[in-house]
Amino acid sequence: MGQRTRLVLSRMLQALPALAGVVIVSFALTRMLPGDPAVYFAGPAATEQSIAQIRVAMGLDLSLPMQFLHYARDLLMGDLGNSLSTGQPVLEELARRLPASLELTLTALLLSCAIALPLGVTAAVHQGSWIDHACRALVTAGVSLPTFFTGIALIYVFYYLLGWAPAPLGRLDFVYLSPPDVTGFYVVDALMAGDFETAGGAMRQLILPASTLALFTLAPIARMARAAMLEALSSDYIRTAKAAGLSQRKIVYFYAFQNAMLPVITTLGMVFSFTLGANVLVEKVFSWPGIGSYAVEALVVSDYAAVQGFVLAMAILFVALNLVIDIVYTLVDPRTRSTT
Amino acid sequence: MERRDFLKSTLAVSAATLPFLRSLPASAAPSGTIVVAMGQTINSLDLHRKGTNRPSYQVAVNVYDRLVSFGTKTTEDGGLYYDYSVIKPEVAESWDVTPDGKAIIFKLKPHGLFHDGSPITAHDVKWSFDRAVTLGGFPAVQMKAGSLESPDQFEVVDDLTFKVNLIRPSKLTLPDLAVPVPMIINSKVAKSKATTDDPWATEYLHTTPAGSGAYKVERWDPGQQLVYSANENWTSGPPPAVKRVIVREVPSPATRRALFERGDIQVNFDMPNKDSKELSGVEGLRIDSSAIENSIYCLNPNLAFEPFKDKRVRQAIAMAVPYEDVFQAAAYGRGIPMWGGSSATPSDIAWPQPFPYSTDLDKARALLAEAGYADGFDVPLSIALDQSDWMEPTALLIQENLNKIGIRTTIEKIPGANWRTASLVEKRLPLHLETFGGWLNYPCYYFFWAYQDGHLFNSSNYRNEEIETLTNETLHMEVDHPDYAPKIKRMIEIVWDEVPRIALFQPALNVGTRDMGGYEYWFHRQLDARKFKA
Amino acid sequence: MADRQSVAPPIAPARTRRLLGHAVYVIGDNPITAIAFALFALIIGVAVFGPLLIPFDPLETNASRALMPPSLDNWFGTDNLGRDLFSRVIIATRLDLMISVAAVALAFVVGAAMGSAAGYWGGWIDIVTGRLIDTIMAFPLFVLAMGIVAALGNTVENIIYATAIINLPFYARVARAEVRIRRDSGFVQAARLSGNSDLRILALHIFPNTLPPMMVQISLNMGWAILNAAGLSFIGLGVRPPTPEWGIMVAEGANFVVSGEWWLAFFPGLALMITVFAFNLLGDGLRDIVDPRQRT
Repeated sequence: MGQRTRLVLSRMLQALPALAGVVIVSFALTRMLPGDPAVYFAGPAATEQSIAQIRVAMGLDLSLPMQFLHYARDLLMGDLGNSLSTGQPVLEELARRLPASLELTLTALLLSCAIALPLGVTAAVHQGSWIDHACRALVTAGVSLPTFFTGIALIYVFYYLLGWAPAPLGRLDFVYLSPPDVTGFYVVDALMAGDFETAGGAMRQLILPASTLALFTLAPIARMARAAMLEALSSDYIRTAKAAGLSQRKIVYFYAFQNAMLPVITTLGMVFSFTLGANVLVEKVFSWPGIGSYAVEALVVSDYAAVQGFVLAMAILFVALNLVIDIVYTLVDPRTRSTT
Repeated sequence: MERRDFLKSTLAVSAATLPFLRSLPASAAPSGTIVVAMGQTINSLDLHRKGTNRPSYQVAVNVYDRLVSFGTKTTEDGGLYYDYSVIKPEVAESWDVTPDGKAIIFKLKPHGLFHDGSPITAHDVKWSFDRAVTLGGFPAVQMKAGSLESPDQFEVVDDLTFKVNLIRPSKLTLPDLAVPVPMIINSKVAKSKATTDDPWATEYLHTTPAGSGAYKVERWDPGQQLVYSANENWTSGPPPAVKRVIVREVPSPATRRALFERGDIQVNFDMPNKDSKELSGVEGLRIDSSAIENSIYCLNPNLAFEPFKDKRVRQAIAMAVPYEDVFQAAAYGRGIPMWGGSSATPSDIAWPQPFPYSTDLDKARALLAEAGYADGFDVPLSIALDQSDWMEPTALLIQENLNKIGIRTTIEKIPGANWRTASLVEKRLPLHLETFGGWLNYPCYYFFWAYQDGHLFNSSNYRNEEIETLTNETLHMEVDHPDYAPKIKRMIEIVWDEVPRIALFQPALNVGTRDMGGYEYWFHRQLDARKFKA
Repeated sequence: MADRQSVAPPIAPARTRRLLGHAVYVIGDNPITAIAFALFALIIGVAVFGPLLIPFDPLETNASRALMPPSLDNWFGTDNLGRDLFSRVIIATRLDLMISVAAVALAFVVGAAMGSAAGYWGGWIDIVTGRLIDTIMAFPLFVLAMGIVAALGNTVENIIYATAIINLPFYARVARAEVRIRRDSGFVQAARLSGNSDLRILALHIFPNTLPPMMVQISLNMGWAILNAAGLSFIGLGVRPPTPEWGIMVAEGANFVVSGEWWLAFFPGLALMITVFAFNLLGDGLRDIVDPRQRT
């Protein structure tokens, strides 16, 4: 136990320099953005004087090192500043928008796993056959389209032409009120409140954007599932099992699949963080009020606090996620316990 | 001021304040919800706050009242259009200019009420106006345009009498009180939320309006939606017919169009010209395509750069623009052409009116050769990233034609945060597109912002001594003054000849509505739900 | 994962020949890989001979023929300015390939150099590069690319730099791991004993062995680089108009889909998809060729 605690602590310490790096780089990057936010936010008919007032109010009249010190000080006190374009405290806004992004990403991953795992396993079992090739072509085609294009195509077909999908208007249609906030996941919150209608509404809104993202994440999951299955199927214990006369079905779905899951989980972690970063464009297409669309808007108008806050939040999330995967791995697989 | 409107509104006021009407349950009212989709985001509920963006001005319109408002006229096809020529009461009941012409005295309606039920007094007006001129930024600039510059000018005579002392008599003062900026805030509520660091309660009013307008804010999910609910006791006009208005933010114009065509939204606010053109005449849809007053989309050569110092080069460019193609490809024929004027001298003071230029590449080449640029030159043509929907096709078409007369351009897309800095503040873009439109509908007002040296929208760095003098002389002069029209005509003639701004077309604001009525066009180009009918 | 990799001797000419034979075998055996190679050849052909194939000037506007559906004259239809889409899609091939090749090459060269140095010498070089890579990896990569392009300006070069930077960590990591497990192996020690300098050993003896796993990564990244550029275009940070580029064409055309002008986004989207598809499958094929064990 002591060893494990120490391992977790050392992993956390290892993450600190990267986080510090993110803070510095994101600060430098935002200051390199073109344009003068004071001018932008002073509005359409601002005079020199009013621009100067805003510059002082934003602390932009200070030297860069001073600005950084102020930023770092605020950060240590848990203050991410105010976003100028939305007029809200960044921390509040991230807290409200993060669940939207997470709900979308997780739904997409669930959907993706539900399709990709069977595909990967089937491909591995029928290795080299036309099924294998078809699976590969299918998942590769999914990852070959830009997500914003897939999203718009899906809206066009399933909402505009067929009318099967609900209007792409964010997380809930007007007829529902958002459920009481517990987890921030609308579907979960509505179910917890026993409001099945709202849960259904929230779920319907999720279908198209989640499918768009899922299509994009099929490939890595299916590939890893296939590779891990192949490795598992060729391993000694499977051969032993075969020799012992166990049925093919049982071998594949019980022993091999279970052992193939470990690398798939690692891949899932990577895909998750990748997807969370990549759903920026999907959120924009579906008017999804997540942190990705927030970041895009903020970046285009040089909204320093919002961009920095977003990047930092994502970095912390990634680091935490990797940590969790590391720990899970350590707990599950005794071999990695002492590796450096 | 229109007497009939005034009577109607007072009648409505007294009816709405009658106790038995107020006690009616909300469900008994003809209820209806209207869903509006717009592309931009509302970032504050307080117009005076620093950093509040344009789409947020609609909150000032729907949730707050002003002393006065503009009238309404009906267009040929039955649409509503605000009437600049009529100033009508809102919170004020009547007003008079003092005999010496140095002040305007406003009488407030005696029964005016804020949303919390407290009366609207002159103290609230004073506090709100003081706030508008003190907080700085855009509100102060807009107030200044109406010669409203300092809190000293605003005086409480008694609870229902408010006096504005004038720095100078100006035709701009009264209309400037009808723009969204001088909104009247419930000062009792605001003061109770003020702190020493924040004496004007900007943090509180940012998220919680304290107004007296036709609508209340039921909920605001920043970045997603704003929900208005009707103020049944509106004292400045008849209670709105539509009880609930949901404004949803839908960034993608394609999605907005799909929602609108499928009937999931009733209002598609500020739709692209192309959608406006294609959906016009479709059964069940109404498209209001209103030319935006006092606004021109222009191509500006910057006089701080060598080739453009020569008038003939600017004229050559004005003759090289493929106006018709631009109007069709960028505006899809929406708006009003601003080229092809027949005479070099204007016959009246209408503004904007077509400039006397047409596409004529041979003439353009000749002028260029005369100016010593027979071989042309290289210049970047700058456009704003967030307006690329019309700027990009326009720039591409202009680029192609300029290339034909030897002027080689590269198109620079400049992101939003930098656009204003580069084009308007630093004025360092050699050749660029510009979109200024004045809220107050006078030619002199346009000239003040766009042609006077050093002023914000004069991104061409243009300076002409005669224009400077004439603009200063006409800015505050009454329109019916005998000198006004001749002076304005002279100003127009000069800028036509010298073309520091090459007019392309007068843009249009396109708003689609279905299963409802009562959309009204306003100079501020923001949603006004007060006359909506379900 | 790295410890599963056995330590391979330097690539010898004989092995290269064997590899070629193996490649022919793999391609013949796997129809999908064969298709990928054929598509790849087609794309290269279009990129090289593009200007000879097009019927119209891709930049010439014609307002009277705006938004025409596909026809015998304009195979892919015309866009909102009346430009021929077929010509634009064909001409864009070269630029898109150029962006992805340049970005991936840059990421490969810099990443491999950093990773190799870190893996070979260890110590502070390893620590510094390690932290740098960790920092990049802690960013949401697409947003980092957006930030870089927004900060430096949207030119082709900056799009390439941004794409290169976000791809860099993969190469640095692979190179580091591959070099690290070989730096003390027998053939390296032999080279060291015979008086070769560190740099020479690294460049001539160790580095060539890291190439096979990197090749696979390169092919996969090429597709990703194209998608990345397309994403940047979608939020308005793409190459400057009127230059034809698939991403911009899809992004701009996407707004026309709802009004029924599907061809504006469809054809450039198809070109983009085919190319990314080919690169991805090529990556698989290359893996089969260079790393037979993965095929099992």
